[in-house]
Amino acid sequence: MKHALAIMVGAALILLLATLTLVAMPYVQMSSEAVPEALEPYTTAQQRGRDLYIANGCIYCHSQQPRDPGFSSADSERGWGRPSVPGDYAYDQPHLLGTMRTGPDLLNIGARQSSVDWHLLHLYNPRAVVEDSIMPAYRFLFRVVDEPREDQHVVKIPEPYGPDSGVVVATREALELTSYLLSLDRTYPADTLPRAEAAEEEGEG
Amino acid sequence: MTPTIAILLIITFVVSAVGLLLLIWSIATNQFSHGHLAARTIFAEGEEGHGEDPAGDTVLEDTDNTIANDELQAREVADRSSRQAALAWLGSAVLWLLVGSAYGLLTSGKFHWPELLADSEWLTFGRVRPMHLNAVAYGWASMAGVGVAIFLIPRLFKTALVGGRYALWGAVLWNLGMVLGLVAINLGLSDGEEWLEFPWQVDTLFVIGGGLCAIPLLLTAANRRVSHLYVTSWYLLAALVWFPILFLLANLPVVFPGASGATVNWWFAHNVLGLWVTPIGVGIAYYMIPKILGRPIISYQLSLIGFWSLALFYSQVGIHHLVGGPVPTWLVTLSIVHSVMMSVPVITVAINHHGTMWGHFGRLKDSPTLRFVWIGALMYTLSSLQGSMEALRSVNVVTHFTHYTVGHAHLGMYAFLSLILFGAIYFIMPRLMNWEWPWRPLISLHFWLVTSGILIYVVSLSVGGWLQGLAMLDAETAFMDIVRLTLPYLEARTLGGALMTLGHVIFAVHFVAMLRRSGKERHRPTLFRSAQRARDTLEGSR
Repeated sequence: MKHALAIMVGAALILLLATLTLVAMPYVQMSSEAVPEALEPYTTAQQRGRDLYIANGCIYCHSQQPRDPGFSSADSERGWGRPSVPGDYAYDQPHLLGTMRTGPDLLNIGARQSSVDWHLLHLYNPRAVVEDSIMPAYRFLFRVVDEPREDQHVVKIPEPYGPDSGVVVATREALELTSYLLSLDRTYPADTLPRAEAAEEEGEG
Repeated sequence: MTPTIAILLIITFVVSAVGLLLLIWSIATNQFSHGHLAARTIFAEGEEGHGEDPAGDTVLEDTDNTIANDELQAREVADRSSRQAALAWLGSAVLWLLVGSAYGLLTSGKFHWPELLADSEWLTFGRVRPMHLNAVAYGWASMAGVGVAIFLIPRLFKTALVGGRYALWGAVLWNLGMVLGLVAINLGLSDGEEWLEFPWQVDTLFVIGGGLCAIPLLLTAANRRVSHLYVTSWYLLAALVWFPILFLLANLPVVFPGASGATVNWWFAHNVLGLWVTPIGVGIAYYMIPKILGRPIISYQLSLIGFWSLALFYSQVGIHHLVGGPVPTWLVTLSIVHSVMMSVPVITVAINHHGTMWGHFGRLKDSPTLRFVWIGALMYTLSSLQGSMEALRSVNVVTHFTHYTVGHAHLGMYAFLSLILFGAIYFIMPRLMNWEWPWRPLISLHFWLVTSGILIYVVSLSVGGWLQGLAMLDAETAFMDIVRLTLPYLEARTLGGALMTLGHVIFAVHFVAMLRRSGKERHRPTLFRSAQRARDTLEGSR
């Protein structure tokens, strides 16, 4: 039993060491980073849209972290924005950095594409605006009605993507998701991380 | 701030180096003098040289009566004692494997048929994909791993399982957690971080369920009748300590916001592979390979270096998933260094697993367990070395954010871990049910379907992902052209996944037949080749 306990205690201690270096230290360093002045907290609608982004798993195809041009210059050349810094995510709970780019990076999609109607149409059927897109359609965020009410947001769908009859209106969810996408704009200037050139070179060595 | 971190970093490196030096010193001065004996604890007296094959009746094989009978009886008692608890975990695992495969296949199809079942929010891509991951990671792999551990621990300690009831209740809670967690994801109530999608309220069920499993294992350890702890028990005991700590820390709600949440997320997601499923898979292979061959592992000392270096290095990786991202460079570099250092435990394990096999590859022709487990062990070597490469910045800049990573994940979770679990189940079930596997061709079919499936899967995603990564680095290539470029590889992945899923259905049918004790009563193990030919090989190898 002593032996078995020794193994388990040893294993736990090693993990605690790792927790110190990989959880506690980064937390201390990053939580002291300044929040950029130009960054606004999410509004209620944007936050609800963000919850929809999570619920429908957008993160599995879209990252939100343009890379450092010193590492990969293509991200900024594609217009995805400057490299992001910890402060850019100050209001993000949970983080949505993502690890996959089946689709493009979205951290600055609001700056690249600011049209509400484009986003709504794209969500209704991505192939209506981007030929051969493999993004899922989110038609369940829309309703088809015969006569839209005054307060309903009608989405004009080009042939042949619309329903056979009636008009498509956006639900509150579709509008909230769109307002979250438009809020994704981290184009304000920000100090980059304290990554000295020397440290960068050392890392690559 | 920076000097403090530099000092702490230096300290961790010094601690790692001192740990390694201590190990080298202890080996040089023969601190592990019981190595030979320890490597043989899994055999009964006189059993060495007699392979224990999937459920073959060892007493029957023992024609010259050299094996200590009381030890074999003790083993039988150990096997019977874990029956209910092990069956509960293994049976649930097979069920979740089917659920997870179905969701996986659907996810794969949606990549190249985006309109497939697209009108239902319950079946939208972004919900079925995490349901696949969680069903196979926490339902299949984890539950099967725990089931095998429950079977192996009494055997390793040569005593009956004490308090199996707790493990049964653990299985009930774990299954409840699986159902609630998957339903929550389907309803759009995901926590939103990869590998941690289950709502944290549901996660408490896993912590309690897992904790309940630890009770019988500790009670059994206290009752053990062996003086040496075989290396498999090191891995299993450590895994059972690591998982609850990791799972609890990573799931703490609200504590880690923004970018620091991302570091915790990836530290967990990589450690759930490194400190949970890897020790389980490696530990099982450390038991099965020598047991079936009837020869002890070639270097017991090496296996202990492998264990402690795994603990030291694997626990510091994960942040290399954020190379080039908004986290401090030192943190990423730390993970890269440790990823590369992982080649130390990987190579020691490879020497032991493959070195023990050396000269006995002929047994792969007849033993299903050996074939599954050894190929799994080989894939562990491959996927780990591939992982070390992928952590390097120059490789990562291409493979990050691409399907290549998905191929790598499946090489690890499937070709390594799942194959070993399949092999272990083929070994264990006859022992638990006192019944041989009814249909030999089904085992063959299962083997060929899943191996050809995963081969197609990994090759297509590795090639497609690499091309995708190269194209993404070239800003002149339009994004949609990259998407079109990957399509044929994604279609090939669906084909591979379909073969694997079909293999799982066959495996599940056979598993149920086994539970019902279908087929004829047999007294020889169900091997790939007919009993007579298998016996000839067995005798030839003696």
